[in-house]
Amino acid sequence: MTTNNNIHIHEPIIQVSKRDDMIWYKSWIVRAIAIILAMIVCGIVTVLLTGLDPISVYVSMFEGNFGTERRLWAMLKELALLLCVSLAVTPAFKMKFWNIGAEGQTLAGALACSACMILLSNIVPSYLLIPIMLVASVAAGLIWAIVPAYFKAKFNTNETLFTLMMNYIAMQLVSFCIVFWENPKNSNTVGVINPDSMLGWLPSIGGQKYAMCVIVVALLTVIMYIYLRYSKQGYEISVVGESQNTARYVGINVKKVIIRTMAISGALCGLAGFLIVSGVDHSITTASAGGMGFTAIMVSWLAKFNPVVMVLTSFLIVFLECGAGQIATAFDLNQSVADILTGIILFAIIGSEFFINYKIKFHKKNKEA
Amino acid sequence: MASNAAIELVNITKTFGSTVANKDVCLTVNKGEILSILGENGSGKTTLMNMISGIYYPDSGQIFIDGKEAVISGPKDAFAYKIGMIHQHFKLVDVFSAAENIVLGLEDEKGFDMKNYVGRIKEISDQYGFDIDPNKKIYEMSVSEKQTVEIIKVLFRGADILILDEPTAVLTPQETQKLFAILRRMRDAGKAIIIITHKLHEVLSLSDRVSVLRKGEYVGTVKTSEANEAILTEMMVGKKIALNIHRDEPSNEEVRLSVEGISCINREGVSVLNDISFSVNSGEILGIAGIAGSGQRELLESIAGLQKINHGKIIYNNPKTGEVENLRDKTPRQIRDMGVRLSFVPEDRLGMGLVGNMDIVDNMMLRSYRKGHSVFVRRKEPQNLADEIIKRLGVVTPDSHTPVRRLSGGNVQKVLVGREISSSPTVLMAAYPVRGLDINSSYTIYNLLNEQKSKGVAVIFVGEDLDVLLELCDRIMVLSGGAVSDIVDARTATKEQIGLLMTKSREVSHDNK
Amino acid sequence: MLVATIIKKSVEQGIPLLFGSTGEILTEKSGNLNLGIPGIMYVGGSAGILGAYLYENAVATPNPLLCVLIPLIASLIGSTLLALIYSFLTITLRANQNVTGLALTTFGVGFGDFFGGSLTKIFGNGGTLSVKLSSDYFKTPLPFAKSLGWFGEIFFSYGFLAYVAIIVALISAFVLKRTRVGLHLRAVGENPATADAAGISVTKYKYLATCIGGAIAGLGGLYFIMDYTGGAWTNGGFGDRGWLAIALVIFALWRPNIGILGSIVFGGLYIAYSYISGLSRSAIAIFNMLPYVVTILILVLTSVRNKKETQPPEHLGLPYFREER
Repeated sequence: MTTNNNIHIHEPIIQVSKRDDMIWYKSWIVRAIAIILAMIVCGIVTVLLTGLDPISVYVSMFEGNFGTERRLWAMLKELALLLCVSLAVTPAFKMKFWNIGAEGQTLAGALACSACMILLSNIVPSYLLIPIMLVASVAAGLIWAIVPAYFKAKFNTNETLFTLMMNYIAMQLVSFCIVFWENPKNSNTVGVINPDSMLGWLPSIGGQKYAMCVIVVALLTVIMYIYLRYSKQGYEISVVGESQNTARYVGINVKKVIIRTMAISGALCGLAGFLIVSGVDHSITTASAGGMGFTAIMVSWLAKFNPVVMVLTSFLIVFLECGAGQIATAFDLNQSVADILTGIILFAIIGSEFFINYKIKFHKKNKEA
Repeated sequence: MASNAAIELVNITKTFGSTVANKDVCLTVNKGEILSILGENGSGKTTLMNMISGIYYPDSGQIFIDGKEAVISGPKDAFAYKIGMIHQHFKLVDVFSAAENIVLGLEDEKGFDMKNYVGRIKEISDQYGFDIDPNKKIYEMSVSEKQTVEIIKVLFRGADILILDEPTAVLTPQETQKLFAILRRMRDAGKAIIIITHKLHEVLSLSDRVSVLRKGEYVGTVKTSEANEAILTEMMVGKKIALNIHRDEPSNEEVRLSVEGISCINREGVSVLNDISFSVNSGEILGIAGIAGSGQRELLESIAGLQKINHGKIIYNNPKTGEVENLRDKTPRQIRDMGVRLSFVPEDRLGMGLVGNMDIVDNMMLRSYRKGHSVFVRRKEPQNLADEIIKRLGVVTPDSHTPVRRLSGGNVQKVLVGREISSSPTVLMAAYPVRGLDINSSYTIYNLLNEQKSKGVAVIFVGEDLDVLLELCDRIMVLSGGAVSDIVDARTATKEQIGLLMTKSREVSHDNK
Repeated sequence: MLVATIIKKSVEQGIPLLFGSTGEILTEKSGNLNLGIPGIMYVGGSAGILGAYLYENAVATPNPLLCVLIPLIASLIGSTLLALIYSFLTITLRANQNVTGLALTTFGVGFGDFFGGSLTKIFGNGGTLSVKLSSDYFKTPLPFAKSLGWFGEIFFSYGFLAYVAIIVALISAFVLKRTRVGLHLRAVGENPATADAAGISVTKYKYLATCIGGAIAGLGGLYFIMDYTGGAWTNGGFGDRGWLAIALVIFALWRPNIGILGSIVFGGLYIAYSYISGLSRSAIAIFNMLPYVVTILILVLTSVRNKKETQPPEHLGLPYFREER
């Protein structure tokens, strides 16, 4: 019930109320406008920084993504990895579980994967190595996620802060292991693992070494879409996320769903870690996850947790990163310009949600009614 | 205009959309007087008081304070006019001490000296006889202590006009007596006190005068010394209105569900259900009447497996197998798995019965999505069901893929009731199923309930409109303060009789903690 | 004396964390979980060094006072602006706090690294950005540091910002616990509806707490760059200190005065390895992990014990919209 027909003496000039009836395409128009406005602002910022004309800035951004076949594949690889982590965090967010530990879960997966590569390469038969790496990665990501989930379900421990802390534990664990695995000695880096034998490397398809990653993530996107939209578990996730009260009313075990969903979330982050190590880097550093765990949260949220829309939102982010990277190289700036542009676009989209969710009414000043 | 009037309301009207909450209400409260405001649920008492305390602003009418016209456009204005309201739901910060809560929001003081504040709180406590430790944290307090904090908060701001919204609803009889003693002392100190209540004996023992509201309208004011329970009940419930709801004689009655002596203590440690026993037969509608918060919700949720009970049994007689099963301590899922076909239309439709952001089809699946061994949900049957309900119950919606929160109240309820009866239940519980619905939708719901009754379903109907209860139900169980006052035959009972039963004081005293 | 040196180093490591956590405590007490703090600290540092650089290059003989004031003001402006973005998005536009905070961190870190790392290029001087002169003023210890031996080393050997950090933390603790403003702020974070009903402007308190908190956190970045690293910018040099500051908030149970001790403990863990002989590099990683492990343990223990006083503010992370009451 709104109270908008009150005649207050100090009548507010701007009145905000919840709206619940914006049609889906209208809301996407609002978001599109926000992105376009932000792109213009980004253009202005870049022009101010580089002193170039805006057209050539946009052209270089485009070239950074599609300029050569190599760049295209590099962009696709980035897209695949970011999308993979974004898909991973989605079930948990849909349940309103604020898992901001995707970075750590991914890193845990990457660590487990490289551990297998380094320690087992010459022990297990080569055809078993990759499956073992996969299982280990998934398990590691899962463990990293299930610990905070358990405490959330059992003691209502704040999951945002818990998962955040878990990120840095994973990071330090990687530093710890690097000491033992470093190659060459005292370089404090692991270097490329199995550079000659290529054991544990995901095979390339048609000469494209990233193709496997792209295919896996494409499949995962479809699976996640189906899981959330059509499976019973996906349905339970939606109900728990919307209203725990309703969930209990229909007999859903809320704690079980929380733990199970976080397990899935963590396992998929682990898978992303596997793809990073086995499919792309063939190495491990504390920055293997590269902040994707955090970016993924925004990707997923911007897409309103819809896996298919996530392809677009993660593309938007990756496009900016690769494009800004190209600008940076071309004009000898530093790569951080990408983060600034990403930030501006994110602020615009985040802000635009307000206009989708709320109605604003401006009152004319009328003294007495 | 009496010169002694602390506050006077003249022709106050307030509407929310098309609902009239208050219409031409006139009231006067004198200094040194306790005025009770009596009325059923939804009679507009709280709305009226919210206008005095600045939460709402009246559409028309005037308020006079100390004989001068006053404009109360916000809580701050109310403070300035020395009006203080003690809400039913306390507005306190749990981790703060009593003293911190009491001084919260004060701006005009010179310094911020907790010791000084504590001293002044103690002074007020001594003056009126409160028993409170100003340094105790709110989360360590009992309900009555919290209420005391709210009252001191208002007095600390120098309020001369105090409004208490159902202050005794959460108190034990002993605590109530203590509160009344304090209120009398405040009256003797010259404060004007307004107390909202449904409990007749309290009205009679405490107040000087009583004003009665019914369905938003002002009925009248009587001196307590000249009133008795019968007069007040009649003023409150009004004359019987014929609704012409269809009612068949129950057929093929057998006991379907029997509740035996259940008691329940809620999370705040308050006893909400007190040794309740009754049974409901197949092919009848059992009505449950009572002031809001008399245990209706807890009772239904106990049966549905959503509320833990401390004592008693809930016995279900399975008509198919003839087996007798105890539903106590079972989860909703276990109850379902036992083959008990229990449907429940909860009071909170969008917060419990349905998921507002999901479309009608997905809401149809809520109860049945687990069916089958597939990992995927089947949307075919829910789709058919949704279409059928939309058609049969005349749900006004663009299509079956509209989120239910976009539907109007009546249509939301049709979707919910439609789903609950679609599983061909043997027991159907409905809590306030016609609340907020227009006449036509209400009749649709009555017809649905009657239809279930004729199919041999045991129907439990929790209602608030006595006219409806009397015409729709076969028997009416009246709850008061979490206990059964009586179970009467709806065909012979009168409105006054039920009104009295609802407001009857509890004979069983509370278990002391 | 070794102990004195260890304490000194721990404090120096701890000061950025202390600024960050004090700022975040004030913010969280208003119910805003600002995960943009790492970004704000970056901007605080880079805006400061930028101010110093521009001033040093603009005049022939820089004035010592201005060498301090200009970076200080630039830092405060930079970090407050960022906090203002966060406030506007989360309070006025009611955006999700986690997403907004993370976006702010992305933006802030990018901003910091970009200006810190590539400005010299734009201004055509080449080399890395360094403001040794201004930094020396920031690093000036109290006068009697040298003459008092170990005592002086422990207590008087820091640049002025270190003392500012401790004073700000103590003032914040006092304000939160003993003043009306603090009471109102805590009420806003615990139960905004109650605060609103009591006539407290929830929006005003949230804005002020978040912006002042952001400004304080930004000083942590300024201290790090102008004092700790001696005025030379390295991209990514600030590391995970922003997140560590958020961990410190939990460690300190949302009390700035405990934060002072906590920051020294965290700082100590950061440098302890270099004073333990025979420690391998792997053990260093474990040492660096400890602050996070301890924080998690505290988080879990407090939630298991479920004592009201040690819980996060009840309305932390949630938006407040009056019409929803």
